[in-house]
Amino acid sequence: MANHGAAAAADVKVRKKKEGQFSLVMKRLSKNKVAMAGLVIILILFLAAILAPYIIPYGYDAMNMAERFASPSLKHLCGTDEMGRDIFSRLLYGGRASLSLGFLATIISTLVGMFIGSLVGYFGGVVDTVVMRFVDILQAIPGILLAIAISACLGSGFVNTIIALSIGGVPMTVRLLRGSIMGVRKMEYLEAAQTINCSVPRLIIKHILPNSISPIIVSVTMGIGNTILMAASLSYIGLGVQPPTPEWGAMLSAARTYMRDYPHMVLFPGLAIAIVVLSLNMLGDGLRDALDPKLKQ
Amino acid sequence: MAKTLIEVKHLKKYFPTPKGMLHAVDDVTFSIGEGQTMGVVGESGCGKSTLGRTLIHLYESTDGQILFKGKDITHVGKRKLHELRKEMQIIFQDPFASLNPRMTVQETIMEPLELAGYHKSKLMDKTEEIMDMVGIDERLRHSYPHELDGGRRQRVGIGRALALDPAFVVCDEPVSALDVSIQAQVLNLLQDLQAKSGVTYMFVTHDLSVVKHISDYICVMYLGQLVETTTSRELFAHPVHPYTKALLSAIPSVDIHHKRERILLQGEIVSPVEPKPGCRFAARCPYATKQCQEPQQLREIGKEHFVSCCRAEEIGG
Repeated sequence: MANHGAAAAADVKVRKKKEGQFSLVMKRLSKNKVAMAGLVIILILFLAAILAPYIIPYGYDAMNMAERFASPSLKHLCGTDEMGRDIFSRLLYGGRASLSLGFLATIISTLVGMFIGSLVGYFGGVVDTVVMRFVDILQAIPGILLAIAISACLGSGFVNTIIALSIGGVPMTVRLLRGSIMGVRKMEYLEAAQTINCSVPRLIIKHILPNSISPIIVSVTMGIGNTILMAASLSYIGLGVQPPTPEWGAMLSAARTYMRDYPHMVLFPGLAIAIVVLSLNMLGDGLRDALDPKLKQ
Repeated sequence: MAKTLIEVKHLKKYFPTPKGMLHAVDDVTFSIGEGQTMGVVGESGCGKSTLGRTLIHLYESTDGQILFKGKDITHVGKRKLHELRKEMQIIFQDPFASLNPRMTVQETIMEPLELAGYHKSKLMDKTEEIMDMVGIDERLRHSYPHELDGGRRQRVGIGRALALDPAFVVCDEPVSALDVSIQAQVLNLLQDLQAKSGVTYMFVTHDLSVVKHISDYICVMYLGQLVETTTSRELFAHPVHPYTKALLSAIPSVDIHHKRERILLQGEIVSPVEPKPGCRFAARCPYATKQCQEPQQLREIGKEHFVSCCRAEEIGG
């Protein structure tokens, strides 16, 4: 017994004190260089968006007809658009609308989806059948059409746009989480939790969600990128953020007309969206690994 | 026999299936004395795990009665059930599936105490005491289940089950997923804990050598029914039911000079879905007669020795 104990002890990591879940996750995340790069880029973009009014070289709506369609130069880092507005300033300022729309709408839709998904996954049976049929109906409508329909009803504006964008993402989260919960529902540790009088909310929050949430984390990071693009489409048809407030998607859409002659007009807003999506994906992958104690190293 | 702790009368648990009712536990009657160990043996799918889970109300029983400390607990309300669960616990077969992979050893053991309303100041001390009791090293308290070997994991499972000092614990094949060398450690631990706290075990297993080692009394189950129950000593010395005999003859022996005759069972297990009345073992029984088509009763054929076989006397010990 002693021999065996010693042999096994060697490969068991010894932790001196209990570290908080959060600090443990951050510690593991910080070892993942790719994920950290993603996190840093996102933080920089956020910071730039927040500080935009103080750091932009030109007003986001300052027109200069003499310098329309200017190519990138030292004076205009990203060039100017069809009204001679500085694209760099508009990008920084537009980050406010794009990032907050993307993050808020995705987070709200994920929270709602998680709430519904965990109830459906846990209770199953009739609840499952009824709710999932509604989810099916929602999912049958293309997300963008749904968003258009909702914001047409509610009218444009920031809050309404968030609502419109959130609803489309809910079915996906519900489906993902439900499937994932079904996978852990039969596990014996849930029975064990039952025998020690674990209440249903606690069972879901402490035992089921931590073991079924990883697909959601990945889908959130992907979802934010999608939502930013969807917000762009909405503003393109005049339902999302209203001009002259800049927004990346709207800038991209507006620039399409001039794409052949002035490619820099689509390049930079597109690049901004791509960078956000890419760094979110990098962060998301790392986060999923960091949240899984089994993959720790 | 000691004072009865738990008594089961004509307990039934049926599961609905597309083909009809599956009789997982069918008309089982037995009782377990305080501080004793009742071994329940039988082949896979004979309903022994279902029996254990029904007793501690993980499944609702279909029919019959469960008496715990003299009180009928067959159907209890939510509040009563919560009280009851502090006294009845279960140790699961697979120590990996039964531990939440996202919770550390300490969190897992602490949870039942927390839920039972232990005061924060006592929580840590009590947790440490339990970890000591089941032999988990201090340094492993913040480890996750996947970092431990099977034996240690099972110790955590045992610690969680015994944290609230229950009177009755169902051990659902607690060692069958472990290496043989670790099996003995865990069995000894279970016995030590019983000696200290006087807990009563119902020990579900398909491993006869394990059950011989640990049980005072043994129930043999076949397809949801109790076919024979008696003291451990009596069962191994004088098995009566043809199924018990066949089971015992299958225990591997290390004695090469006395080759025991193995009883090889012919035929297939009949389906537990809507079974016919009569002895369920009859289809495979070498002694089967027409009489065996009649429903069988569990009857006493010796001191504390019950058999449900109409030809018990003829077949004899």
